[in-house]
Amino acid sequence: MSIYQVNEKGYYGPFGGAYIPEMLYPNVKELREEYLKIIEEKSFQEEFNQLLRDYVGRPSPLYHAKRLSEKYGTTIYLKREDLNHTGAHKINNTIGQILLAERLGKKRIIAETGAGQHGVATATVCALKGIQCAVYMGEIDIQRQAPNVARMKMMGAEVIAATSGSKTLKDATNEALRDWINNPVDTHYIIGSVVGPHPYPDMVARFQSIISEETKKQLLTKTGKENPDIVLACVGGGSNAAGMFYHFLDDESVQLYAVEAAGHGVDSGESAATTALGKEGVLHGSRSILMQTEDGQVIEPYSISAGLDYPGIGPQHAWLFKSGRGKYVSITDDEAMRAGLELTRLEGIIPAIESSHALAYLAKIPFKGDETVVVCLSGRGDKDLDNYMKYFDF
Amino acid sequence: MNTIEKKEGNPLLSIYFTAGYPALDSTIQIAKKLEEAGADFLEIGFPYSDPVADGPVIQHSSEVALANGMTVKKLFEQLRELRQHVHIPVFLMGYVNPVIQFGVEKFCEECKNVGVDGVIIPDLPMYEYEDLYKETFEKNGIANIFIVTPQTSTERIRKIDSLSNSFIYLLSSNATTGKTLDVGEDTNAYFKRIHDLQLKNPLIVGFGISNKETFQKASQYTAGAIIGSAFVKRLGGKDYMDQIPDFIQSIKG
Repeated sequence: MSIYQVNEKGYYGPFGGAYIPEMLYPNVKELREEYLKIIEEKSFQEEFNQLLRDYVGRPSPLYHAKRLSEKYGTTIYLKREDLNHTGAHKINNTIGQILLAERLGKKRIIAETGAGQHGVATATVCALKGIQCAVYMGEIDIQRQAPNVARMKMMGAEVIAATSGSKTLKDATNEALRDWINNPVDTHYIIGSVVGPHPYPDMVARFQSIISEETKKQLLTKTGKENPDIVLACVGGGSNAAGMFYHFLDDESVQLYAVEAAGHGVDSGESAATTALGKEGVLHGSRSILMQTEDGQVIEPYSISAGLDYPGIGPQHAWLFKSGRGKYVSITDDEAMRAGLELTRLEGIIPAIESSHALAYLAKIPFKGDETVVVCLSGRGDKDLDNYMKYFDF
Repeated sequence: MNTIEKKEGNPLLSIYFTAGYPALDSTIQIAKKLEEAGADFLEIGFPYSDPVADGPVIQHSSEVALANGMTVKKLFEQLRELRQHVHIPVFLMGYVNPVIQFGVEKFCEECKNVGVDGVIIPDLPMYEYEDLYKETFEKNGIANIFIVTPQTSTERIRKIDSLSNSFIYLLSSNATTGKTLDVGEDTNAYFKRIHDLQLKNPLIVGFGISNKETFQKASQYTAGAIIGSAFVKRLGGKDYMDQIPDFIQSIKG
């Protein structure tokens, strides 16, 4: 077993575990005991693969971005998760989890969402399966992300405003956990990132691992080698990065860059650069690295990207960071916005601002010229048009 | 150590309140007043920014307490004079992250120094407790209180009983704090089922207890019950200190 994957106790090195109140113990225990069995069933695999192919539109292309490559003087490929149905990698996980929930006999789905991408991906699979769906979203995010709220409602999901605390993603997650405590039997909680109590981080990473599985095959066809030299992905909670890194973790020659959001700058007081600013602790059911005060109170992060402003990272990321396997770096709002516009002008692809953070780091790597680089383009920028327009004053 | 015992058949009443709410320095005053009014033991909450097991009332009290400047460090400073004023058992209740940041060893030592009897940390699971912290708790004579819910298996309840040395926190239903106890047959049957396991630790019911009726119902098969949200809701208004005896009387009288 890889030292970078979860062990039998639910830990990645010192990180992970299931720090949950007793009220959630039966739910989490059921998941822990069943998830691998169910995922490995032939009927599950067949339905999962068929939906990824015919409904999501996989495999997503691995695109050789020629003009971007020229600009940075090396060979750059984009893993086009932005071309998935609903516009981001999030749906890989929600398809997996809805099939799992169905097999566990669950009648109701809950989810948390920040920018709304995971909420939309959850509402989508619930519509697909005809299962009742409630999505918790911070009151402030509901105001900031009206189109995604409309999409969820149109799919029949109930969007419930999280009005506690800072009224954003962290509080939406708290409210979803509270809902689960109050509805333990019939409800499955589809967590959207590689966070939460074991087995969520591992389960979500497995569903997202299709990203690196395809990348390996596509690279082999295009270059004759299945491993790139460098892989880049953005990290909020870290689900697209977990999927993008998954099949490269044990090949130590592949350099893994996880790009966090520095907001207005790591030391500006308005940042979401968790590994730079955080300390070890427990948030939302697992031991990881999180932004917190000396007294252990969680600090509300900031980023222009609503998908990256989470105060923690998944426990696997904490372990990749601590063990040195991954390079955890950060990009400011300004750098990300410029990189988003750059990709648009060079390749005709408008990236999500989240993905723009990964793209922006290309400028910071001293390429020699013979590298094969893969950037995970985790989502499309349609949802961010307002932000781009305002920022560049178009 | 077992300070939680039913006296002459009278059910025990425990009151929960959040340290630093409504005012930063109200902690000891409220505790003292509760003892005078007849509470049998106390749970003092240390606030956390993300209290997932709590409903709106305790969430609000936690937010205000944090805004008032309450921290674990500050709480222990206040509790230095606890035992000059309060003689009934006192437990601290809160979430695991502030304890980890303070240092689990130091936390237990401070509890011992100020005379706290035990702690209730809902998100510290049994496995982690046994593996990492049990020794530290026991060395300092600090009881760790486990929670049992209607969904907890008998096997797990037995394990919890064997690890406990004060009382078992019996959740009235699978819910966050501040809901109303369902006084129906199912709840009764559940309390009786746990009672009939003849555990070595007394059972104290929490979550959903708000008045005399629910208190009595909860105490029928157990050693007593805890009131949290229904008490915290009464704090902060005009003359709230003076109304504490009436509230306790309305439950116990």
